[in-house]
Amino acid sequence: MATTAVTTARAPFERVSRRSTPYVFVVGLALAVFALIGPAQFINALTIGAIYALVALGYTMVYGIIELINFAHGDVFMVGAFVSMFTLTTILGDGSFSLGVGPTVALIIVAFAGTMAVMGVLGVLIERFAYRPLRNAPRLAPLITAIGVSFILQNAVQIVYGPSPINTPQLIPPTARIEIGSISIGLINVFVIGSSVGLMVALRLFVNRTRLGRAMRATAQDREAAQLMGVDINRTIALTFFIGSALAGAAGVVQGFYFGNIQFNLGFQAGLKAFTAAVLGGIGNITGAALGGFVIGFVEVTAAAFGLFVWGQALVFAVLIITLIFRPSGLLGQQLGERA
Amino acid sequence: MTAEMTVVEPTPAEAAATGILLRANRVTRRFGGLVAVRDVDLVIPQGSIISIIGPNGAGKTTFFNVIAGITDPTAGTVEFRGRALISRPRRTWLEPIGWFLPALTVLALALVVGAPSAGQVGIGLTGLIAIGLLVTTLVIAIVRPPWYQRLLAGAGIIRSARPNDVVMAGIGRTFQNIRLFQNMTVLENVLVGMHLQLRSNLVDHLVSSRRQATEEKDAVKRARDLLALVGLKGRDDELARNLPYGDQRRLELARALGNTPALLLLDEPTAGMNPRETADMTALIARLRRDLGVSVLLIEHDMRVVMGISDRITVLDGGERIAEGTPEEVRRNPRVIEAYLGKPPE
Amino acid sequence: MSEIREIERPVPAGRNAAGGRDLRSRIGEIRERAHAFSSRHRSTSVVIGLSLVAAILPLIVLLPPLSGFSSQPVWVNGFTIAGIYVLLALGLNIVVGLSGLLDLGYAAFFAIGSYSFAFAASPFTGVDVPFWPMLLIGAVLAAVFGILLGAPTLRLRGDYLAIVTLGFGEIVPIVFLNSSTYTEGPNGIGGISPPSLPSIAFTSADPWPWYITMIVLIAVSMIFIYRLQDSRLGRAWMAIREDELAAASNGVNTVTTKLLAFALGASTAGLAGVFSASKLTLVSPNLFRFDVSFTVLAMVVLGGMGNIWGVAVGAFVIFMIQNVVLKQLNILFDNIYVPILSDIDFLQYQFLLYGIALVAMMLLRPEGLFPNRRRRRELHADESTLGELGDPMGATPQ
Repeated sequence: MATTAVTTARAPFERVSRRSTPYVFVVGLALAVFALIGPAQFINALTIGAIYALVALGYTMVYGIIELINFAHGDVFMVGAFVSMFTLTTILGDGSFSLGVGPTVALIIVAFAGTMAVMGVLGVLIERFAYRPLRNAPRLAPLITAIGVSFILQNAVQIVYGPSPINTPQLIPPTARIEIGSISIGLINVFVIGSSVGLMVALRLFVNRTRLGRAMRATAQDREAAQLMGVDINRTIALTFFIGSALAGAAGVVQGFYFGNIQFNLGFQAGLKAFTAAVLGGIGNITGAALGGFVIGFVEVTAAAFGLFVWGQALVFAVLIITLIFRPSGLLGQQLGERA
Repeated sequence: MTAEMTVVEPTPAEAAATGILLRANRVTRRFGGLVAVRDVDLVIPQGSIISIIGPNGAGKTTFFNVIAGITDPTAGTVEFRGRALISRPRRTWLEPIGWFLPALTVLALALVVGAPSAGQVGIGLTGLIAIGLLVTTLVIAIVRPPWYQRLLAGAGIIRSARPNDVVMAGIGRTFQNIRLFQNMTVLENVLVGMHLQLRSNLVDHLVSSRRQATEEKDAVKRARDLLALVGLKGRDDELARNLPYGDQRRLELARALGNTPALLLLDEPTAGMNPRETADMTALIARLRRDLGVSVLLIEHDMRVVMGISDRITVLDGGERIAEGTPEEVRRNPRVIEAYLGKPPE
Repeated sequence: MSEIREIERPVPAGRNAAGGRDLRSRIGEIRERAHAFSSRHRSTSVVIGLSLVAAILPLIVLLPPLSGFSSQPVWVNGFTIAGIYVLLALGLNIVVGLSGLLDLGYAAFFAIGSYSFAFAASPFTGVDVPFWPMLLIGAVLAAVFGILLGAPTLRLRGDYLAIVTLGFGEIVPIVFLNSSTYTEGPNGIGGISPPSLPSIAFTSADPWPWYITMIVLIAVSMIFIYRLQDSRLGRAWMAIREDELAAASNGVNTVTTKLLAFALGASTAGLAGVFSASKLTLVSPNLFRFDVSFTVLAMVVLGGMGNIWGVAVGAFVIFMIQNVVLKQLNILFDNIYVPILSDIDFLQYQFLLYGIALVAMMLLRPEGLFPNRRRRRELHADESTLGELGDPMGATPQ
């Protein structure tokens, strides 16, 4: 060990600075945004970013394991929002929300668990019937199928619920706030950010510490080798879709709570932005997707704060193009040198 | 670096004369911490057949990929026909910025001058000029006229040759795992190989001009000649994917010959072949050198082929060149023996 | 070895399994001959084929039950609009079908063509450039944007290319929507002039001049596209689709070739855009959203990617289904009460059906409804690996 310390005397600084540059960048961006738009909007940006991060995770995991952009993923998010709304309105009836803390918490858990489970299953079904048969087909085929599935989901929901926005029960009153000393933050914001971060941490632990998570990483790196080591590829891929879709479902629940209304075309726009987040963070990289989600949240809310919401969408897209042209491996990925 | 020297193309008769076709100097390729190729030199005289051998993972294919323009070297250069072809790229990120510079300058100027206040006309005009400049720079970047390349070189931007530049210089290649155009016919595959030999342009295509028609006819004829040369006569309309393995390798060879290369890079041309097919392929390669004057750089594992056909052999191991010489010299070289068979027990 | 021989004995051309010449094999023979003829005389066969189609279509609709749905002028008008989509599908076919570049934002070029004519010939700008030269100008303008929007995608792999083009397809209508001062925003630009020819009036009452113009446009496009496909450029496109690295390693300049695919594909959309703006006399951002890109993509996929006639027919069929069949189903079930079916608005369902059709197509018949024969071989090759063994019985006459 002593020798390595001597020979790499210059290297640690290099290595540290190279590895932490993306994080420094994100923190710096956060500070700049905070200064630009003020604390209230900043919290808003973090919240929206958290939702994007949850959806981005699904994109990045699926791409990491089968190198397919799951176009339908954004619509899974949307369906999740609708499923959550459906569950809650069925349970609550038309009723009011004069529920105590206990029942509210229980209801929230039910909404999460139910939606995540249902969305997970939906994701597995989509993979099983629309993507798996085409695993060895020319690249165009699963892409086109994914678009087809996306359209099916969108239009099915549109047919059932109509094209207009639908109200969702906001179990956590938007006006409730938490006071810490002189700082006041909306309870809903804390909830959204907290639950998102919690889910992301749980995912990270799962991928890094469990056997199944290891199988997922192995399959993503080298499918054949993983198979030779006894990993059941089909199950692993199905698991990846389950988790990714469940997270998107959670994002859908949270979306409904935060905004109070949902619409059938929610998935399309959000999907594009979440995908940008995944690419920005480094496609296939879970932490990257989370970081990317927050950055996209910053961009969108900053643009909106200056009254340029629509151009904000164009801006997010510009971020995608610039990333793909100048740093295709994203913030946390490695630079590749190949032209092939 | 002799950038502007032109070299007169040798006739097949002159091919036997001494002249250096390709010179690789200290080619190095790193992938992060892994050094795949380290300081490898190679000289290919005109009209010769050179083989590269070495254990698996020795860096042979990476070296090939550097010469073929698929991978940029981390260090070192490759000269072909006296001109610099491949070297480590420098400051390539500067180039895209240069494309947007004129348009952005115009936009910035317009803001400074206060064009927005001139209303629709001002903004519209600015936008048009900016887009026009952008399109112009993009087109220039695509066409890459010589003055543009000199401009880049002057700015210190060095771009290594891309695969199609390498082909244009006169190098053809085949791949270790065959990369034919599977769903195109045998004839079409060879025609694509002749892509740079055909001169008709977009206008010719659209109006189906006389020049296009004659050129296509001649091309088809020449393609058929090439196919006959490699032994695939009369199979024009078969899909490449339906060919038996040995024929696929021959087709790839015919395709690589389409651009009348001076040098052929063959990556394991006899892999997966039985002895008879191997002998056929070896004879074919020798015939190509004899009849077409093509020089050949070969990666091979089959020692009979290597020893039988090579003028000189270079041995790589662990990314480094450990031996170079005639087949006799290499066969007796102790380091080579050790690399292949391991150190003899003490 | 004998089992292999039992499984598949190749059937000689022109004969059925029992060796006799029956109707099916005779039809097959005729198809082969027609195919061979048309390969050698492309332009002629396009003109002949289209003339036949153009002549037959208006006649068919004079027969019941089609005559019951609408009058002939209405039908002909519908065919003309279908023609717009045929042009779009032909153009996208170059990008997606021939070159393998999944462009999901094709409607952007359609928008550019339309808006360029709107700027050139409406009271909004006060200019009135004639229609015919504008066709060319619109096509060129769209081609320029094809290069602009295609340039960032050059180094991207298939999936990323799709997303980026999707984003562009989103941005262009957004730009048109939000630049109210220049584009009238959501209201769009109206009052666009029709074409003018001496002694022929293009009005909304008379569908025939429009119809004939569209047929001519389609014929010209098809001829050009066939010529490109059979040329060195067409081969370069297909080579890129098959294996981009191998194409580059054989001298194909992937940059220029891809940009040409985008440019030429976009130019057809520009053409369609100019025509559409003139025919509808108005443009608005709503006409160019993702549904349009998706519909055209569906047409190309279902019609058989890479097959020019197939794509054209596919586009026509799908448009007819969308605008006629579904509408008629609605009317039918309004008049005849059937429990569930009468409550359904079929038009709303059309994208659901497209989605299902697309997924089903990819799973079951990826070569499309009218595949290139070669493409069918390519996509079902796994099922008939006996091709490698050749012909054991030597029964196929060459």
